Amino acid sequence: MKREACLNATAALFASAAATAVLLAAPLDALAQTPTVADHPRTTWGVPDLSGVYAEFTVAPLQRPPEFGEKEFLTPEEFAAFEQARLEQVDEDDETTPGTPADVHYDFGTFALSENEGVTSPNLRTSIVTMPANGRIPPLLPSAVARREARAEARRGHEFDGPEFRSLTERCIIWSSTLPPILPRGYNSNLQIFQSPGYVLIQGEMGDPRIIPTDGRELPGDLLPQYNGTSVGRWDGDTLVIETAGFHPATAWRGASENLRVTERLTRIDHDTVEYAFTIVDPDTWAEPWGGVYPLTLMDAVLFEYACTEGNYGMANILSGERVREREEAAR
Amino acid sequence: MTIRRIAWTLAVLLAAANATAQVLTEFPRTAGGRPDLSGVWQAVGTAHWNLESHIADYPVLLELGAQFAVPPGHGVVEGGRLPYLPEALAERDRRHAQRLTEDPEGNCYLGGVPRSSYMPYPFQIVQNERDIVIVYQFATGFRRIFVDGESEAPLDSWMGWSNGHWEEDSFVVDVTGLNGQTWLDRAGNYASANAHIVERYTPIGPNHLQYEATIDDPTVFSRSWTIRMPLYRIVEENYRLLEFKCEPFAEERIYGHLRKPGTAPPEGTSRQ
Repeated sequence: MKREACLNATAALFASAAATAVLLAAPLDALAQTPTVADHPRTTWGVPDLSGVYAEFTVAPLQRPPEFGEKEFLTPEEFAAFEQARLEQVDEDDETTPGTPADVHYDFGTFALSENEGVTSPNLRTSIVTMPANGRIPPLLPSAVARREARAEARRGHEFDGPEFRSLTERCIIWSSTLPPILPRGYNSNLQIFQSPGYVLIQGEMGDPRIIPTDGRELPGDLLPQYNGTSVGRWDGDTLVIETAGFHPATAWRGASENLRVTERLTRIDHDTVEYAFTIVDPDTWAEPWGGVYPLTLMDAVLFEYACTEGNYGMANILSGERVREREEAAR
Repeated sequence: MTIRRIAWTLAVLLAAANATAQVLTEFPRTAGGRPDLSGVWQAVGTAHWNLESHIADYPVLLELGAQFAVPPGHGVVEGGRLPYLPEALAERDRRHAQRLTEDPEGNCYLGGVPRSSYMPYPFQIVQNERDIVIVYQFATGFRRIFVDGESEAPLDSWMGWSNGHWEEDSFVVDVTGLNGQTWLDRAGNYASANAHIVERYTPIGPNHLQYEATIDDPTVFSRSWTIRMPLYRIVEENYRLLEFKCEPFAEERIYGHLRKPGTAPPEGTSRQ
């Protein structure tokens, strides 16, 4: 059967109006080269102007499909085939199997939330991850695997007992598309950059504005744990460099510890593109630093409020569904 | 080194010191000459308990004791009382009686306008020529105010849709598109989705703003009315908003009835 449509949040409605259902056609071979831009626009107070609404989604997957090996870029011809396959992969209009979560989840396509219905940044890369050279995230250290296992063990058999056992994203607390490092997720992968003298503010469409001081202050030594960490920024030539540390242990981004440090580098490489690069350092989780790069594409759009917890019928439905299942099982 | 050179060096050093000190001796201005509202602000008072004047009162749950009792306040409403229509006044009283379960603040829902301005949490303003952005600590509220904009709300929302302009030194914000699901305080005062709100932010000293909001809502009130109170600059050096992720604190209130029978909600921070 076709997926039933239901609405999780008011934002979804507006997304359909705001999303430009166009794949950007761009001079793709330009993207395979190191960016060099002489005249970056500047703010009235003299720093590079990064402000605007940007799309995060890009055809390149986070990790490189193993068949590409150390091949970092596709040719435009290879890209055409790759893009087609990738967009088919994220197409949400497939028939679903009754009795599976996918069968009862709302259809992303109905609300223009599907990845292939918004603005997609052109990108000839075979993966977002560029370090190490194979484009793959390094394996977790044994200690990090043990932490992840311990968390899974604490949940096992309790997954639907109460809201505290659900993921931080289901609970409207964090989103991978807004916390550093910013990475595209299934939908609403858009952000807006505001600037004022001494500050850069990054607002993700899912919420969670990051207010990043660029007034010369350093990260404090005694950071309180925060779900999104604590960030400071500085200008390195035309590049905004943001350092973030002090993560809450529960954030556990991809299994990271609270000692995770993220460095982000944002550079406007042409009128419509900010290159977003990130480096991950967490010796308690990965033996080596790793990182990646992808383009953010300027959009002519306005972000609308994503009131998550106010419309989180999903949580109520998950829990009540399980209570029904328990009652049915008990009656058997 | 000449005297002039020393004086110049001292002036530069003093300027640098002033740049980090947050207690200001005059209200800062942008390069364009407008008041620079950038900074962290907070209302101090009891407007979040009750916009109208009120004497001290019992806490909503007696078990909470004096710590969570309602402190008294002179009120912030021009003229003292809110001009409710008769049925709306009855609805306000009903909400007051049901505040333990019905006040959206308890659900960690976005505070709306004007309530977010005087909740007991700081908020930060980031200002440039095109936009003034306000980030509220409570529920990570966010408003983008289009400076000299005339954009229309595409849909109703919790924080509404804001266009602002300058009138002399006052930043005047026109707010529409509110969804009517927020309250105005913990006492059950409310406005509907038809509310049209005009806010004014005016410097009244180096570290103070006068905050004014005029609410016009013919569905609930017989005439428009105005609240007025100072906002205070957070003057601590290098102060930054900490996260107030209140969702976990509201989960038992919202989903407790759906919890697996026999299980207990989490205590403390172990499962956040």
